[in-house]
Formats: sequence, structure tokens, C-alpha cells
Amino acid sequence: MVTVIDYGLGNIFSVVKAFEMIGADVQVSSDASDIRSADHLVLPGVGAFADGMQFLHDKDLDTVLTEEVVQNKKPFLGICLGLQLLAEIGQEHGEHKGLGWIPGKVQVLDTGDEPLKIPHVGWNNLEMTQDNPLFTDIHKDSDFYFVHSYQLHCTDPKDCIATTTYGETITAAIWHDNIFATQFHPEKSQDAGLKLLENFLSYSH
Amino acid sequence: MLKVRLIPTLLLLDGRMIKTKQFGEYRDVGNPRTVAKVYDAQGVDELIFLDITATDENRHFIFDIIAAVAEECFIPLTVGGGIRTLEQAHEILTHGADKVAINTAASERPEFITEIAKKFGNSTVVVSIDYKKNAEGNNEVFTHRGTKPTGRDPVEWAKEAESLGAGEILLTCIDQEGMMNGYDLVVLKSVTSAVKIPVTASGGVGTIQDLVDGIVEGGASAVSAASIFHFTDQSIFKAHSHMKEKGLSVRKKM
Repeated sequence: MVTVIDYGLGNIFSVVKAFEMIGADVQVSSDASDIRSADHLVLPGVGAFADGMQFLHDKDLDTVLTEEVVQNKKPFLGICLGLQLLAEIGQEHGEHKGLGWIPGKVQVLDTGDEPLKIPHVGWNNLEMTQDNPLFTDIHKDSDFYFVHSYQLHCTDPKDCIATTTYGETITAAIWHDNIFATQFHPEKSQDAGLKLLENFLSYSH
Repeated sequence: MLKVRLIPTLLLLDGRMIKTKQFGEYRDVGNPRTVAKVYDAQGVDELIFLDITATDENRHFIFDIIAAVAEECFIPLTVGGGIRTLEQAHEILTHGADKVAINTAASERPEFITEIAKKFGNSTVVVSIDYKKNAEGNNEVFTHRGTKPTGRDPVEWAKEAESLGAGEILLTCIDQEGMMNGYDLVVLKSVTSAVKIPVTASGGVGTIQDLVDGIVEGGASAVSAASIFHFTDQSIFKAHSHMKEKGLSVRKKM
């Protein structure tokens, strides 16, 4: 069973439908018991960093998630804000504490002197920086759908397995032990995205 | 490299897909679910649904359509038309939309932009701006499907929407809409130069070169069209390959 954690915000429908499309049993929940009983955990997310953390904290889900993912090593996939919340610190509208599973900070995109639009919205290709199980059998030129204004700068470069380029190098995917996360939306990235979700489901620690 | 986005717009009325000219002359063009599926298979980068259903009892069609499309098409979906409250925005998002486009409600109550942005994130809010030449020959923003003048200038309104938290602008020239003579590149360029957020050009595409012009000359981040894909043999595939030939970076469906 895949448990998709429900924030009560944004488009969780597509995440659920994408997992159903690849034949998974999915439930949407914000109950600790459903997080404990799941085989795979997915933390999607839209909205602001502080609101996301507040929601997890209010429902005491930060503690349950840390137990299940960090201590019990349950396979975990964070998507978009669900990736950023893994950081120690988020600097969106002030400084806020994240889950702290991945050493690093979330900071606003820096496009330097280039006249690039923010948010970074649209399809972009990736560069693999580490061998990893998440992108198995996905064509190297595949594009993925991004929509974000912040990125997680990993303190340990080994945590970052794929990057994309938009003015600067952006952390596109993370893998640390049983923890996976993507800044892009696999559920909105057509066949390549569905394949990535399949790869996540096939991963067993 | 970030790809330019090619986005068909599907106009909906009482659950059917329709086609208009300068916001009038309605014609039924088919079942939106079927059309969306074809576009998805052809490798479009996103879909925009604008619902112009006027009666409350027929509003449920949009939810049914979006949920049905989102079940089969794993691409970004932007949905607009009649969204006036946070509850309505939330409802459309829970049916599979990724972004909500707001127009009349944003113009009447600009703080609505900030409210959606705060709750669902800036990138979820697309402010849709419809404009045309008024009696004095100036460009003016109109709401209520182009019937009500607002006294606003499209460039100034785009800047204000950005400052209030909009994540994207959908810019439609009513005079060009459905006419297949190309985008209004002058106003498009003014808007894309004035804001830092991405702008999607809409209204007037008649040839696939018009799409290229919208990006190269107009400075748009994304180009939207309706008639050209519904009524001509200019498929998404042809449009993408023409854009690529002209040196634009486009997505290749794997």
C-alpha cells in the first residue's frame, strides 16, 4: 500500500491517479496509523514551506514520518515542496526549520544576470550526477515538469542524484538511503514520470 | 534547458467544447475529453480549460471533465472560468487541476490573487487578462467575457497582478481571438518586458509561424492556440517540429 500524505491543499488527485495507473494500491491520508501501515510513503506538496511544516507539526506527522522513514527505513518519495521540506532550513518568507533529513538549505532561485522568469515553470531535461535506481530505463533526454521558485542546496553533494539548469544548477532529484525526492512533478511528466514512480515502487531497502 | 510550452486552449460551455470568434459566434467542436486525450498523445506541454458556462446548475460539468482528463493525461492542467472563492479554487484543484486561472474575480477584488497565492502557492495562480481596443483606441482590460470595461491598462494590470502574487499571466487579445491573424505582438512584448513571471500568449494564431513569433518577438514563455489545432491539419507534432527548426527549444515526447 502506498500512502500519499494529504495536506488538504493542491492537486493530490493526479499523484493518486498516477500510482493507480501503474497498478499500485493507493490511499490518501493524514492519519499516523495509515503512515505506519504503508509500504511506501509519498509526500507531495504545493504551497509555502512554513505552511507545509506547520501542517505536519500540527498533526504530529513530523514525528511519525521521522520514525517510519529515518528509523524504520520505509521507502519515501517527496515531490516538489515534499522535497524541500526534507532540508534543515527553509528560507521562504523568513527562516523555518524543515524535517532535517537531508543536510541543506532551501533558498530562492538565483538566475544571476540572466533575464529569466521566476517561477521556473515548464519542461526541463536532467543531468544525472550519481548512479541511482530512480531513473532506471528512463531516456537520458527525457524532460520533466517543474514549477517552483526555490531549491534545496544539498550540503553533501552525494545526496543529489540529478540536476537541471535554469540560470543556475538546480537540485532536481535526491536519494539518501531509503529517501527519494524530486523537485519536478513525476505525476505531471507523462511516461517518463510514470516510469520513475514505478522505479520508486520497485525499490526495496 | 527549459523548453518553450505549446498549450492548446479548450473552451467549454455546458460540458461541450466550443469555438468562438472575438469572444462571440459560438460553435460546438466536440467532446473535451476526447480532444484532450488526442492532444496528450501528440505531446502537448500543458492544457488550458476555460469554462464559460453561465448557469450554476451546469457548473458541475467542468469538475467531471477535469477529473476525467486528469485520470488519463499526466500533464499540467490549468483551469479557469467563474472561480470566485477559495473554496471553488480548492474544489477544482482537488479534481486534478494544477493551476487556477482567475479573471473577472481578480479584477473585481485584486486581493483574491493574494489569497489564492498564500493558500496554494504563487505558482498555482494564473491571472488571465483579456483586453481589446476601446472606443478611444486604447488597449483596455475587459472582464465578463469581454463585455465589461475595467478602465485598466493590460500592462499595468499585469504588473499589479505580479505584485499581488500571481505566478503566471495568460494574456488574450480579444480583437485577435479566433481571427487566425497572429498574436498582438506589441502588447505581448510590453507585458513580457514589464513582468518577471512567465506569460502565456493567447488569441489569434493562424499559422505555426505565429507561435514562433509569440516567443521570439513577443517574449512569451508559452504559446497557446485553439482554432489552428481544432480546424486545420497543423498538428501539435508539426508545430513542435517547426518551432524546433526555427531554433526554439521544444520538448520531444519520449
